[in-house]
Amino acid sequence: MITLGHAYIIGGLFFAAIAILSALDKANRRGPVNALFWGLIALSFLAGDRLGNLGNGLLALALVALAAVGLGQGKPATTTTEERRASAVRRGDALFLPALIIPAAALIGTLIAKQTEWGKHLIDPSQATLISLALGVLIAVAAVMVWLKPPLLAPLQEGRRLMDAVGWAATLPQMLASLGAVFLAAGVGDQVGILVSDFIPLDNRTLAVSAYCIGMALFTVVMGNAFAAFPVMTAAVGLPVVVGVFGGDPARVCAIGMLAGFCGTLMTPMAANFNVVPANLLELPDRKRAFNGVIRAQIPTALPLLVANILLMRFLAFPS
Amino acid sequence: MLVLLGIAVVVFGFIVRANPLLVVMAAAIVTGLAAAWSPDTDLNAMYQAGVATLARFGEAFNKNRYVSLIWIVLAAIGLLERAGLQERARMAIEKVQAATVGRLLWVYFIVRQIAAALGLTSLGGHPQMVRPLIAPMAEGAAEARFGPLPDRHRFLIRSHAAAADNVALFFGEDIFLAIASILLIKGYLETNGIVVEPLQLSVWAIPTALSALAIHSVRLWLLDRRLQRELGAKPETTP
Repeated sequence: MITLGHAYIIGGLFFAAIAILSALDKANRRGPVNALFWGLIALSFLAGDRLGNLGNGLLALALVALAAVGLGQGKPATTTTEERRASAVRRGDALFLPALIIPAAALIGTLIAKQTEWGKHLIDPSQATLISLALGVLIAVAAVMVWLKPPLLAPLQEGRRLMDAVGWAATLPQMLASLGAVFLAAGVGDQVGILVSDFIPLDNRTLAVSAYCIGMALFTVVMGNAFAAFPVMTAAVGLPVVVGVFGGDPARVCAIGMLAGFCGTLMTPMAANFNVVPANLLELPDRKRAFNGVIRAQIPTALPLLVANILLMRFLAFPS
Repeated sequence: MLVLLGIAVVVFGFIVRANPLLVVMAAAIVTGLAAAWSPDTDLNAMYQAGVATLARFGEAFNKNRYVSLIWIVLAAIGLLERAGLQERARMAIEKVQAATVGRLLWVYFIVRQIAAALGLTSLGGHPQMVRPLIAPMAEGAAEARFGPLPDRHRFLIRSHAAAADNVALFFGEDIFLAIASILLIKGYLETNGIVVEPLQLSVWAIPTALSALAIHSVRLWLLDRRLQRELGAKPETTP
């Protein structure tokens, strides 16, 4: 059976190759920093389970130190714009097909693993989408290699070109998830709950609903993740006040409350994989600023939508 | 109350624009130390608390490796870019006369939102779709209409391509029953003695999904008007 462990080996080998190519890249003066950074991620994928908790903590600490020193951006040899345009004309719309292999494989693999009797033994059903996605990448790369016959190292060099464009932001989501675990263990959520209920008057329905929704959005802005904000704000305001005091329906209150949190996700650079990574990938000139182009494009949608969520909760979540 | 120092570190790091990875690590260690501190703890106990916090961080870091697995798609995407995928996306959209940036992103928004509502969240995304296809198509649509784009508008269009993907995903996926956030809510309510079915939760994501569609449709319409106003009046600069 193919498990997540096998997918991690693919990830580990990919990052190991990027690390080696970075070390060999004489044009990138910070090549050694990049090599260490991607090399440690490779180590995490290949041997993370054998490093122990403290070992993994030290690995994360080293990644942070390297990111603070500053990664360089490798510029491996690639095709020119003219060559690409010529290739695009020559190959036509067939170029889209390999790009569609990846989502198609993720979809089909998931269905096979979850819906068929034999699929369960082929792909671990609990992680089917991630595993199928990894398989899809392998199939797509193999298909392009056979079809277009680029240099043998091309997938790794092109992968390095894009990986260096993303840079340290690639690890921020994983780091934030780990911060969430530390917050949980230290009881940060309970303390926020006490603060909110002590200092904000929640003596009518509209105020309570507003406090819950705005609190979800604000805490999500700080944590970069609505999943981290949800247990905190729901324990502080959602269940005791909106549901407990004013009689809101718990399913409706929580469903809309989570979506109020998502409005916060649209407005924060801490949500790196949604707001910083695309700015890096699209090479926006303001990608290093706190409020880059992507976030500024999203705020005018996020704020009215937050108001809409408050109104929806106020008028839909109180049956009877 | 002291454990809230971690949140203060995040906010402070944000304001002084320190490297976010550094901010996250500092917030974790400060939180761990603050939780262990009392007026009579000695230095050795604080050291132990620091080590324990780092170990807890490492444990979670290792458990969440799957979050970073997605990056391997860059090998396939980079390979296709090398063969002219972005250029092809531009050419394909330039042939569609009715295409504007706003209309193109609107169609993508709807497809992405419906797909996410059906649980197909991996059908879009920034590395897989936005960078190689959607952003070049949106730029192509603008170039076909207005000629070469000034940088300011090029980057505005790219930002909107990323924004359409995010908004459609966030406010589509919760309609699907088995998405992480729905399972999180269900699990959380269960530990509080309230049993709800995922369907009860996902149904109440629909009004917000429709509101998001309405609001973002207006935004995209306004984007088209803005591009028309700022670029449309200009004479053609290409020979």
